[in-house]
Amino acid sequence: MSAAVFDQIRTMASDLFGVPEERITADSSPQTLEAWDSIQHLNLVLALEEKFSVQLSPEEIEQMTNIGETAKLIESKLQATPR
Amino acid sequence: MSPEHNPSNLRGEVECLIAEGSFDAASRRLSELWRREPGSATAGFVNSRIDQLRDRLLLDKLPLAKFKLAFLRSFTVEPIVPLLRAEAFLYGIDLEVHVSDFNTYVQDIVDAGSSLYRFAPNAVVLAVRTKDVAPDLAREFADLSPEAARQAADRVARGYEQWVTSFRQHSQAALIIHSLERPAHPSLGVLDSQSETGQSGFIRQINRELRRIAEEFHGVHILDYDALVARYGSENWHDERKWLTARLPIAADHLLHMAREWMRFLLPLTGRTAKCLAVDLDNTLWGGVIGEEGMTGIKVGPEYPCAAFQALQRVLLDLSKKGILLAVCSKNNLDDAMEALDKHPGMLLRSRHFAALRINWTDKSQNLREIAQELNIGIDSLAFLDDNPFEREQVRAALPEVTVIDLPQNPLEYAATVRDSPVFERLTLSAEDQQRTAMYAEQRQRTGAEQSFQSKEDFFRFLEQEAELDAVSDLTLARVAQLTQKTNQFNLTTRRYSEAQIAEMAKKPGWNIRSVRVRDRFGDHGLVGVAIVLDQGDQCEIDTFLLSCRVIGRTVETALLAHIAKSAAHRGCKRLVGWFLPTRKNAPARDFYSQHKFALVEQTSEGSLWSLDLTQQAVAFPAWVKLITPNGGHD
Repeated sequence: MSAAVFDQIRTMASDLFGVPEERITADSSPQTLEAWDSIQHLNLVLALEEKFSVQLSPEEIEQMTNIGETAKLIESKLQATPR
Repeated sequence: MSPEHNPSNLRGEVECLIAEGSFDAASRRLSELWRREPGSATAGFVNSRIDQLRDRLLLDKLPLAKFKLAFLRSFTVEPIVPLLRAEAFLYGIDLEVHVSDFNTYVQDIVDAGSSLYRFAPNAVVLAVRTKDVAPDLAREFADLSPEAARQAADRVARGYEQWVTSFRQHSQAALIIHSLERPAHPSLGVLDSQSETGQSGFIRQINRELRRIAEEFHGVHILDYDALVARYGSENWHDERKWLTARLPIAADHLLHMAREWMRFLLPLTGRTAKCLAVDLDNTLWGGVIGEEGMTGIKVGPEYPCAAFQALQRVLLDLSKKGILLAVCSKNNLDDAMEALDKHPGMLLRSRHFAALRINWTDKSQNLREIAQELNIGIDSLAFLDDNPFEREQVRAALPEVTVIDLPQNPLEYAATVRDSPVFERLTLSAEDQQRTAMYAEQRQRTGAEQSFQSKEDFFRFLEQEAELDAVSDLTLARVAQLTQKTNQFNLTTRRYSEAQIAEMAKKPGWNIRSVRVRDRFGDHGLVGVAIVLDQGDQCEIDTFLLSCRVIGRTVETALLAHIAKSAAHRGCKRLVGWFLPTRKNAPARDFYSQHKFALVEQTSEGSLWSLDLTQQAVAFPAWVKLITPNGGHD
């Protein structure tokens, strides 16, 4: 997983969840971050779709169980659709 | 915008400025970031920094205006809220938002103790979609007999009317109702368009009823959601996948458009609107540079590429019909510019359409200051239109209160850019608004006349002023409320009231609301002053006393005060008292009470309380003002 994508998602999550970037790791998830509720999950999806110009299907959205998985998903989407 | 600031640098700069305590600069950079990169990806950053800045800016001289907005809804609006808060921040508004549960709007409206009313909103948006409020019309239309469909439409319209009535019993907040969208694919296909009793026909009928309700209730406004969807195209607007998974019907690309549509209501409601648009000439009002290319070289006319500039001028004419003043602010030789303004055959705007002209080589921020002064409006009531990014940045830096409109590179997009700016929106339009430009032209003649008189009294006599004093009525309610919201300079207490609040007050015992309309030999100024008084025992208190800046200093204020003093004495009041509450703008009214022999009773940190003993003293009615009282004068 590339550092660039992971870092961008970490910054995004930090802004959305109101948590300092240092505290966000690949394992950060709705279980470990109080602010990561269903509304913020939707906000994260919209921000990812806009930032990386991708469309996420309902199944893909379900795969976003933590920051690491989210970064992997975006990475694979970016490779599948050469920009 | 300065090219060296790319968005990722801007984020860093905002962080840095917040860390070092430069909150004013931080908020300007944050606005710039949002203007360049508005959207869901930026909204998280902008919202979290707004939260850090809001309390700190409060301590500063230019605090954000607080506004509480509640949503009653049938769909997910949460991801749009951060976009809306960021947009509002651009206009100096600190927006606090409450979102009710899905489809609980009826309970929330009817129950006086609901979370909606506990939130005490300034405005409420009722965002309900056709398929939720009228499911039978939306989904089972083919099943309905014409009679059943008619009943369904009536039931929905009556429902809205009951909700609005109930809402008004519990709250004076503004209410913004989304109209219902018509189906993109009616269930009967093209047959649907062949009569008024099709699916679209009935939904149109409900929307007509909504407009009628809005006309009937003060402070109720319709957001034409049907037209909004049509503007962007139903197929593009909707995202079925997000609707099914997250109850979010609007596609990601259009969330910002929804937020901006709400802004068109929020700005007039918060009074953050522009009263005057100052425009540049070369490459803005026309194509090319008049000083270099001359009358035959500049581009403005009915055909491309000249048509782009005519289209912009047409939009400006529309603004002037809404009561927004136009001014010219241009670096040019006066003679060249005036010749083009008055003689070029392609021009729709002429010099008479402009309330003030600053055509010279002075810097634009100085010219804008002078325009505001000449028109007697605050700098924050000015908007500025210029094709040159350098001039825009200079004005932004020197006068952060001015609304600077960023024109795109392509002149074909000029007209739409100005048209879409929410600072020119109005929710009500008075007769005064529509005649304002003409009134300012008369004002120019009047100021000319003033200079040739020996004494002020001579001038007042020459003016032949008439002051028509009347109690507030349904016809004047909107204008009276508008004056309380917009008058800043000659305003003793600066208390802002909505139409609904004024209507409520007028019904209560002890309250008297008087308006004054002024005419003189040059024309009709319209309704320009308001006094609201409250009798409490043998004392009459002035709650509100204000006069539009157009007529300050011509003794109309004395006439209005004399009238309310006389009426109060007539009702048996022994004292007339009133507060002067100083603001950043109302210095012109500071000495009003002392000039009229009121005695100072009390001085607090808020302001000063003044009193006039009505048993011993009266306020003399100025001899040169003719008093007209349609209802006999006394209460």
